[in-house]
Amino acid sequence: MFSAANLRTPLPQQQRLIRVLVIALILLVLPLAAGQLGAAWVRTLAFAALYVMLALGLNIVVGFAGLLDLGFIAFYAVGAYTFALLASPHLTDNFPALALAFPGGLHIPIWFVIPLGAAIAAAFGVLLGAPVLKLRGDYLAIVTLGFGEIIRIFLNNLNAPVNLTNGPQGITLIDPVSIGGVYFDHALDLGFVRLSGLQLYYYLFVALAVVSALVCARLQDSRLGRAWMAIREDETAAKAMGINVRNVKLLAFALGASFGGVSGTMFAAFQGFISPESFSLMESVIVLSMIVLGGLGHIPGVIFGAILLSVFPEVLRHTVGPLQMQLFGHIVIDVEVLRMLLYGVALVLIMLYRPRGLWPAPEHGSISAGQGQR
Amino acid sequence: MTTTAASMPSALLDVGDISRRFGGLQALRGVSLRIERGQIYGLIGPNGAGKTTFFNVITGLIAPDTGRFLLDGQAYEPTAVHRVAAAGIARTFQNIRLFAGMSALENVMVGRHVRTHCGALAAVLRTPAARREEAAIRARAAELLDYVGIARLGHLQARTLSYGDQRRLEIARALATEPKLLALDEPAAGMNATEKLDLRRLLERIRADGVTVLIIEHDVKLVMGLCDRVTVLDEGRVIKEGVPAQVQRDPAVIEAYLGRAHEPEADARGAGAAA
Repeated sequence: MFSAANLRTPLPQQQRLIRVLVIALILLVLPLAAGQLGAAWVRTLAFAALYVMLALGLNIVVGFAGLLDLGFIAFYAVGAYTFALLASPHLTDNFPALALAFPGGLHIPIWFVIPLGAAIAAAFGVLLGAPVLKLRGDYLAIVTLGFGEIIRIFLNNLNAPVNLTNGPQGITLIDPVSIGGVYFDHALDLGFVRLSGLQLYYYLFVALAVVSALVCARLQDSRLGRAWMAIREDETAAKAMGINVRNVKLLAFALGASFGGVSGTMFAAFQGFISPESFSLMESVIVLSMIVLGGLGHIPGVIFGAILLSVFPEVLRHTVGPLQMQLFGHIVIDVEVLRMLLYGVALVLIMLYRPRGLWPAPEHGSISAGQGQR
Repeated sequence: MTTTAASMPSALLDVGDISRRFGGLQALRGVSLRIERGQIYGLIGPNGAGKTTFFNVITGLIAPDTGRFLLDGQAYEPTAVHRVAAAGIARTFQNIRLFAGMSALENVMVGRHVRTHCGALAAVLRTPAARREEAAIRARAAELLDYVGIARLGHLQARTLSYGDQRRLEIARALATEPKLLALDEPAAGMNATEKLDLRRLLERIRADGVTVLIIEHDVKLVMGLCDRVTVLDEGRVIKEGVPAQVQRDPAVIEAYLGRAHEPEADARGAGAAA
């Protein structure tokens, strides 16, 4: 019997359990191993987990519902600024009334900020989605691109007449995450092992990424997930099946955006400082590249793509620079330039040889597979 | 006009005075149609007569300029396609519109959307109710694939199915919405004789199971053998309505299809001159 939604043969219970345990073990040990190589590697891994969340969110919009979104990083920005404003001295410094109301400063706890970041980003998702319901393909891409830029430019300029975002200087002194009295900017001594702040963040981000992946997988295999795919395949036929295309599309925008919002709040807490610079169009393009490279609409592929494209530049930074120094005595090609060059080459090669991504969804029901069943 | 509906309460679909203009073309001019419960009703006419436009209007795809619409005694507004589907009209398309990248089974499962309720939160939490509904959707979809005779193809991607099987799949998907009226736009187009015979058996079975069927078809033999009643459209207007045998002999119908007696001669002369 086949599992009809994905048409993979389900693994036997035991084999699945073993697989999950192995992955869990790797995820647990990885930062400890990376810690031996240097803090920068732990940081890279933590960022990889953040990008996995972003990519999973964008995958709902682009991969599942087929709505090309080039401004996704705006929701990341919305989440980041939500936390930055609610957990830094910026607002109380600029608004005396607030300072009176919160004499100890604004320090909103993380449990409150995660759902809030998700909700505000989702609201922005609907705000973007509502006017573009009738647009598809290139036209949709252009409008979403504009939306992403509008958010960034707003953040850049909302420092006058009322200083809301502190403009291009960004917001500093953002609270770190603290859970149950454990502050993530300090190391935690568990007795048998001492975890650095970076490692704590890593575990938090991985936990969130795992939850995100689970949520995505369950959505994909549901009535709603099928409705998204139906819209992607043929919008008119989807309507004729009684799908309220407007609501279902808005839900895709809102849910996708909420993933971006949550990872944004985490980003702000992790960095302690944010500025509009972090939310440029290039970031949107990179997240989109992750899901296209990995395998649009296929959750394991999307995760793979996100990890690959977030770890790869760091590997490059640590190898190419020193290598050039050794060979030529000075830097011939800047790492950043080389990275973009390699991205370009990689995407061209992918489009030529693996147009559905490095790890696409299994091609369900090729004719030959069907013959076997007859 | 509501008095007519009240005095004859058994009509499943009762639409009247439907007009629609596209720029300079009056595609529909006051078309009326009554379909009794449990019938297979044929809508025929030459190319460009307005059959598909009529279909698109009653299913909400195209807004009419005028018209009144009753389904099962209830007035419905054909303003949004998904609401018409919820009201109980399911349709297929002249050029098949399946969800090509999804499996055959998933296609039919999408058809269950309008009769099920599971939302995003229930799906993420996998509540017992959501699991039950999902299992029911899957079971019903598998049943429908079996009903139209393609149970063994459920795992195949819709685009890989043969032409005839794609037509069947489209019908199964439409039936999944539990329609009161199943509207088929040229279901036999491009089918060979065997496939047509299979289709005919399937439609007769659907009628026997209590679903009323409205069918646009070019194949006169199929329509005449299958339909309980037929309406002939020409240039956006109903030119004849009745039982097939009667309609077939009607001079106006013959003229609409074949033209006046002298016209073929004129064509022949034209062709001769050109040669």
